[in-house]
Amino acid sequence: MNALLIAVLAVPAAGAAAVGLLPARLDRAARLLGVAVAAVTLVAAAALYRPGGAWSGYGVEGYDVRPWHSVDVPWVPDLDLRFHLGVDGVSYPLVVLTALLTLLCCAYTLKHVPEPGAGRKLVALLLALQTGVLGVFLALDLLLFFVFFEITLLPMYAVIAVWGGARRRRAARKFVLYTLAGSVLLLLGVLAAGSGAGTLQLTSANFDGGVLVFALFALAFAVKSPLWPLHTWLPDAHTQAPTVGSVMLAGVLLKMGTYGLIRVGLGTAPDGAERLAPVLGVLAVAAIIVGSLVCLAQTELKRLIAYSSVGHMGFVLLGIATGTAAGIEAALIGNVAHGVITGLLFFLAGAIKDRAHTGELAELGGLRETAPRLAGLLGFAAVASLGLPGLAGFWGEAFAVVAAVQVGGPLWTTLGVLAAVGAALTAAYFLRLLRLVTHGPAATPPLAGITRAEWVAWAPLVLLALVLGLAPGLVVDMASGAVDALTGAAR
Amino acid sequence: MSPDVSTPLLIVVPLVAGLLGLLLPQGARRPAALLGVGGAAVALAAALALLPNALPSDRPGALAWRWAQFGGLTVDIALRPSLTAAYVALAVTVVALAVQVYSVAYLHDDDRYAPYAAQVSLFTAAMLIVVFADDLILLLVGWEVMGLCSYLLIGHDRRLPEAPGSAVKAFLVTRAGDVGFLLGIAVLGVSAGSFRVGEVLAADHGPVLLTTGLLLLLCGVAGKSAQFPLHTWLPDAMAGPTPVSALIHAATMVAAGVYVVARLHPLFAESPATLAVLAVVAAVTILLGALAATAQDDIKRVLAWSTVSQIGYMTAALAAGSTSAALFHLLTHAAFKALLFLAAGAVIHAVGTNLMSAMGGLRTAMPATFTAMVVGLGALAGLPPLAGFWSKDTVLVAAAAARDGHGPGPAWAGLVVWLAALLGVAITAWYATRLLLRTFFGARRTGEPYAPPPFPGAAPPHEPAAHGEPHDPPALMRWPVGLLTIAAAVVGLLAFVPAFTAELGLVEAHLDVNGVLALGLLALGAAAAWWRWRAAPAADPAAALGRLRPLFAGAFRIDDAQDLLVVRPAHALARFARRADERVVDGAVEATGAGATRLGVLLGRAHAAAVPRAVAAALAGALLVAVVAAVVGGVA
Repeated sequence: MNALLIAVLAVPAAGAAAVGLLPARLDRAARLLGVAVAAVTLVAAAALYRPGGAWSGYGVEGYDVRPWHSVDVPWVPDLDLRFHLGVDGVSYPLVVLTALLTLLCCAYTLKHVPEPGAGRKLVALLLALQTGVLGVFLALDLLLFFVFFEITLLPMYAVIAVWGGARRRRAARKFVLYTLAGSVLLLLGVLAAGSGAGTLQLTSANFDGGVLVFALFALAFAVKSPLWPLHTWLPDAHTQAPTVGSVMLAGVLLKMGTYGLIRVGLGTAPDGAERLAPVLGVLAVAAIIVGSLVCLAQTELKRLIAYSSVGHMGFVLLGIATGTAAGIEAALIGNVAHGVITGLLFFLAGAIKDRAHTGELAELGGLRETAPRLAGLLGFAAVASLGLPGLAGFWGEAFAVVAAVQVGGPLWTTLGVLAAVGAALTAAYFLRLLRLVTHGPAATPPLAGITRAEWVAWAPLVLLALVLGLAPGLVVDMASGAVDALTGAAR
Repeated sequence: MSPDVSTPLLIVVPLVAGLLGLLLPQGARRPAALLGVGGAAVALAAALALLPNALPSDRPGALAWRWAQFGGLTVDIALRPSLTAAYVALAVTVVALAVQVYSVAYLHDDDRYAPYAAQVSLFTAAMLIVVFADDLILLLVGWEVMGLCSYLLIGHDRRLPEAPGSAVKAFLVTRAGDVGFLLGIAVLGVSAGSFRVGEVLAADHGPVLLTTGLLLLLCGVAGKSAQFPLHTWLPDAMAGPTPVSALIHAATMVAAGVYVVARLHPLFAESPATLAVLAVVAAVTILLGALAATAQDDIKRVLAWSTVSQIGYMTAALAAGSTSAALFHLLTHAAFKALLFLAAGAVIHAVGTNLMSAMGGLRTAMPATFTAMVVGLGALAGLPPLAGFWSKDTVLVAAAAARDGHGPGPAWAGLVVWLAALLGVAITAWYATRLLLRTFFGARRTGEPYAPPPFPGAAPPHEPAAHGEPHDPPALMRWPVGLLTIAAAVVGLLAFVPAFTAELGLVEAHLDVNGVLALGLLALGAAAAWWRWRAAPAADPAAALGRLRPLFAGAFRIDDAQDLLVVRPAHALARFARRADERVVDGAVEATGAGATRLGVLLGRAHAAAVPRAVAAALAGALLVAVVAAVVGGVA
């Protein structure tokens, strides 16, 4: 099965090169090839599943990583750098989510190419981006992790800077510089953790980083997640990025931050994580409250959804900060749910903006008169995003609160209460959004119906939001062994 | 049928009917009606099949499937087919079926009937989840889905400019309460180590934790069951089509809070402080709702406020320690309130307005509706032998017992609810009589509605316009009304069915001093309204309220207070947060970028020097390096 692991990275990488190098007259064929490559990648990624395969339990040393599959070959032997990949219950859902969203974005690009065209290049960049992100989720060598983490920056920069809105260059520059600053800290963290443990392999049980190591990692991943107050690159990037860019950004790229915090942060510096947990928790809750409040006063559709990500990732980070098995499992499902739901929201926001030629909430209105199906889908996505029980968003938010209450004590109880208040604020701004956009008299002439390409791209996300809501065990159960090992090491 | 089959069937059938219905095109009336009515009918049949096989309350047991596991906390899909739940489910499904059938005719010209019918089905399923749930997280799922359905249905009518606002208000006010509900579940679930109701009831939580958890739960209950101070959404919810009002007020939504407290009552009984809070809330709610009902001109708003008040009776019974009285009143109220709304819908359908000032004298034109309304209002006021009489009597008996110190809560709390409940009887009789007289007696009025002072969310007349003379509604609307008329008349007699009283633990029906007192107050209230009307049949008896009338009509301006204390500060805070985020947080980032650029320019300029100065700088640098090297070398 090791070949499969390699294939998950090699197929999109090779695909990206092939698609990008095809000449302009084969643009459509190139895009079709891109879709095929993404589909093959998804199949390969899904096939990584090993039923019953858990990242099993407590070794003698405490923290003991046993991935379902792994590839481990020397890379720079003198520095103990290894090309070390693996997948387990924590990374598997994210790997599949990444492959799925990439496929949907490529399929969407078959019909909808944003200005200035050259769709094959956009598809090639999406595949390159996918390679980087999958690498991050699969890497078990810290430096390899860092390399993939950096690789993702360039394609995303290009996607925003070339296919973005009016102020695209500025937004792209801000995105790259801000997240690069985070990467510097990540590199420092990698070196500090590696020199402390004498190894860079995440499967090792030698890591025992303290406050400094965790603080470096936490800051680096906080920029990516993003955690308040390090989030301000996000609204600009989202507002300017083309639809597929926003979907990949929210659905996949932000997840690298939270995943990194769990796998690398908690994994290499359990003591530091425990000591800094209160700080992380307070910031997470501040993100929830501030993010929701800003959304309540927001006047632009895509910007509002971008800020909603700040709040939602706040719940994920709160779950991680609790350091309990319940909290981390809540964070894992919250992570996946956010990718699905916010991905869908950005697809819908893009569709509305393309049709109505404006994203200002004041200029939209009456969508259920002008485009009833679109209004229905937007309503569904908004309701899923505000955490309605029975849909995917619920579990992460509710159990982040439960986990905070479970930790107990005045601080965590307060954090739990504030997070619950934040959930109510989330409902408030999404209902305000629906009231402004879907209800009321029609503000525009009837809008075009939903195209077939749009249905193809959206239907899987709608379905997943429902299925993950009804069967949260799909994500949570496969991770439980790994999470137990992780919290066993942290406690 | 075994409960293992009928209980899941009860929930799954309306759930699937609802989900399928949402996929239909909006105009697909026939399949939508088939799904809606069919789903409700099958659910009703399943409820009937469950009734003889349900578990008595003293026998443990539940159907359970593992749903998810977060750390050590498991969440189960657990259903407990208890007999009590079966009774409530019967009420829910009867009302749901009546509403579905009635809606086919009532919404005959609505182009968005299909999603409407589907949402009613979902609503029913969600309520049934709450009724049977044996796991608090599963219960929360039904609880919140109901909130969503109420939002969708209240906002259904696109012709009403205020409907979207009312819908948002309903969802947000209940959701605000649900902040507490979720935290309460978290506190109790974590303390018990499980979310299963049985284990939460059996666990030893300790007094402080228990009271905290229960008070938090009460926030959610107050929101869903429209108890003071979270009752404000319910009157505005009248923007929804009338059958939806019947559904929300009779069998779902508002009943859910009461039902949940009854389900967890063993815990409440251990916490006198919580019961005292509940008692005060109940007393305030009974009187607030009843007084507000006296001054409304909109017939649906009278009924809405009467719901607030009647739910107050149920929570009063719970505060007095009697779940049986609360559940009995819940069942009778379901019958007569559904009847009242559907009959009011027939009136509105016929005259084309909600305002009683534009009604009057409809008795001869609409005899069937008149009969239904008399029975419904009689049951509401507690006129023997109609349903409300028996159940309200049990509430009063329970309150009197609590007053005498025989309840689990403090005696003063018993006294408070007893007084409020008695006073409420007189006021209820007064406004019920007023409603009947203003609508069906006297001369036909066509206009000059009394305009109350404006307050947030006031609903102008909006129902379908009338065609020609008022008349009784078509058969599809008449039959459900007829069925509910019979139910509202006889369901109180359940108090004489041993199987029923044994399950609920109801005391045997008997007439004591409480009953006599209540009947006297009822007669007093009704006579006062009648006497006033008799003196001036064209005038509104509410004129007797004098200067209090605008206060009552505006429901003590609690809406305004809510707006001033919560909504406006939240929006101001939101604007502040946005500004701070853009100027301070992002400002710092932008300033860092701009500062770095400026520094670069400055340094660049410093390096762009003419040759003599550059040579001088280079020599100075060389000198500095040499000195440093000498010093370092010398020290070493």
